[in-house]
Amino acid sequence: MDWLFFAEVTLAGLGSGALLALTALAFVLIYKATRVINLAVGEILMLGGYLFFAFSAGFGLPVWAAIPLAIAGGGVVGALVERALIRPMLGETPISVFMVTVGLGSVLMGAVELVWNTDPRALPDFMGATPVFIGEAYVSRKIAIGFGVAGVVITLFLLLFRFWRGGVALRATASDQAAAYSCGINVPGVFSLAWIVACATAAGAGILVGAIGGISPTMGVFGLSALVVVIIGGLDSVLGALVGGLLIGLVEAWAGTFLGGEFKLVTTFSLLIAGLMIRPYGLFGTVEIERL
Amino acid sequence: MRIATAKETYVADEGLLTTNTQRAWMIILALVLVLAPFVLNAYWLYLACLVAINVASATGLNILTGYTGLVSLGQAAFMAVGAYAVAFLDGHLGTPFLLNIFAAGLVAAAVGVLVGVPSLRVKGLYLAIATIAASFILHFVFTHWVSVTGGMSGVNVAPARLFGIELASPFALYFVIVPITAVMVLGAANLFRTRIGRAFIAIRDRDISAEVLGIPLLQYKLMSFALSSFYAGVAGGMWAYFFRVVTPESFPFATSIFFLAAVIVGGLGTILGPILGAAFMTLVPELLKYVVEWLGPVFPNAGAALSPVRTIVFGALIVFFLVFEPQGLAEIVRRIRRFFHLWPFKT
Repeated sequence: MDWLFFAEVTLAGLGSGALLALTALAFVLIYKATRVINLAVGEILMLGGYLFFAFSAGFGLPVWAAIPLAIAGGGVVGALVERALIRPMLGETPISVFMVTVGLGSVLMGAVELVWNTDPRALPDFMGATPVFIGEAYVSRKIAIGFGVAGVVITLFLLLFRFWRGGVALRATASDQAAAYSCGINVPGVFSLAWIVACATAAGAGILVGAIGGISPTMGVFGLSALVVVIIGGLDSVLGALVGGLLIGLVEAWAGTFLGGEFKLVTTFSLLIAGLMIRPYGLFGTVEIERL
Repeated sequence: MRIATAKETYVADEGLLTTNTQRAWMIILALVLVLAPFVLNAYWLYLACLVAINVASATGLNILTGYTGLVSLGQAAFMAVGAYAVAFLDGHLGTPFLLNIFAAGLVAAAVGVLVGVPSLRVKGLYLAIATIAASFILHFVFTHWVSVTGGMSGVNVAPARLFGIELASPFALYFVIVPITAVMVLGAANLFRTRIGRAFIAIRDRDISAEVLGIPLLQYKLMSFALSSFYAGVAGGMWAYFFRVVTPESFPFATSIFFLAAVIVGGLGTILGPILGAAFMTLVPELLKYVVEWLGPVFPNAGAALSPVRTIVFGALIVFFLVFEPQGLAEIVRRIRRFFHLWPFKT
């Protein structure tokens, strides 16, 4: 076995795993605050990629302006969706809210197809192509940058949860809504905040994913891989998203290289089922105890 | 106004049809179903068959999701199992049509039980995600088990034969597909008048309480999975005879979402719901086609927008119904009925 090649595959896997972790963070944020699994995260990610494409290639804006605009666009979509669709569904069964997000994903996908049609496109290059070498192992520059950005953002989130008032309010809401209310926390505000931040994160992840693999209306499938990550890591754990993301990224890279590309999805999903059977609430998820 | 419908025995009260009005409507419905193929043209017959197949599968999903409360996003994969079973039996063994359809249901039921095993450990959305995983794994099996499934190019199915008549046109198939669907819907309606059906409902309402009351959860949850995927398998078998070619892309993951959407739009936990929902969700895209044709002279490239508009309308319908009419189309029908029951008094 060629160890250098193995190391390169592993590094690439860690890179895409970091992107998965970033996307998984969007799931975790929304689930933590509102107990909703948002299946539209994949589509919002796609929308982020397309918004960046529109701002940079369509309007000719420089990259440093297009990236914040695309991320803000994702945030605006998150705010609108939370206010218009999720808020009225408060108190409905989780499965209804889940299906609302499925419908939303379908709407977003159709809208993107309507505006930009179904052809896959490449994002304007803004990262450069000179490869990065770690020791002797070659890493694509884009993947290295993606890994760096994802690492920084996840660290930032962990710090925000720990030290920022809003982050503490979110954790309080997650652990007990009624208690959070009575402490004077603006719970609906926390819901909005979680959706805005999560959708902005997903849109940002979309720019990175799109820069590496190009954008197309079907790139929302990436969201399904991220869903596997959160289920394995635990739906309400940021740490779980990080560990799960890296784990799934590695497994996908190894399976894709050594077994063949078509084994990627099947391996992750088999892992998902095995994970669910052994630890139904994920590696770091809170175990919910049901009482009559 | 409905009067004189007091019942004197429990048996009469539990009947499927309790009033003469209902019986009259059922007779009218039966007549319409029998006479329709002589009136409709080939295109509408094709749609009628497609609706019937989708109704069968949606009814099955409703047993699992609407009545037992186990959310599944794997219905399309179970249909695919049924379709492949039919293709294999028809191509390799040459067994008769009805037996193939039945066997397709049994094979799908067996796979369904296997997929249902995680439902012992996980429930709710986690289970939904486990069924997503299972459907992707099944898709992988369909593309790679080439000796049975023909890989990516799929398998062809010969036209169905029943009593020496070749059933190739939608007209001929209509007379097989619609009765099978009718029997299956009737079976589902009757299921919920038995102990098993009531056990399903108890599990949906609160599974721990149901277990305390002496319902073995393992057994009944798996039974629900088996029944639901049996319906899907039979529907998939009919689908195989209807389209006569089965490929892994015949039943994409989006189809599973379609069935769940159909059940939700129709109304979870009602018999009428999946019928209305499946018909509605199958016909709306077709109606959109007419709208686009009609708009053709005004917007020259309306045709190119058809597919994305369908995607948008599909999603918007799900969202709209969940937000504004969570009980689905069945609730609208119930409201209309209540209006006539109470008329001339205000509801």
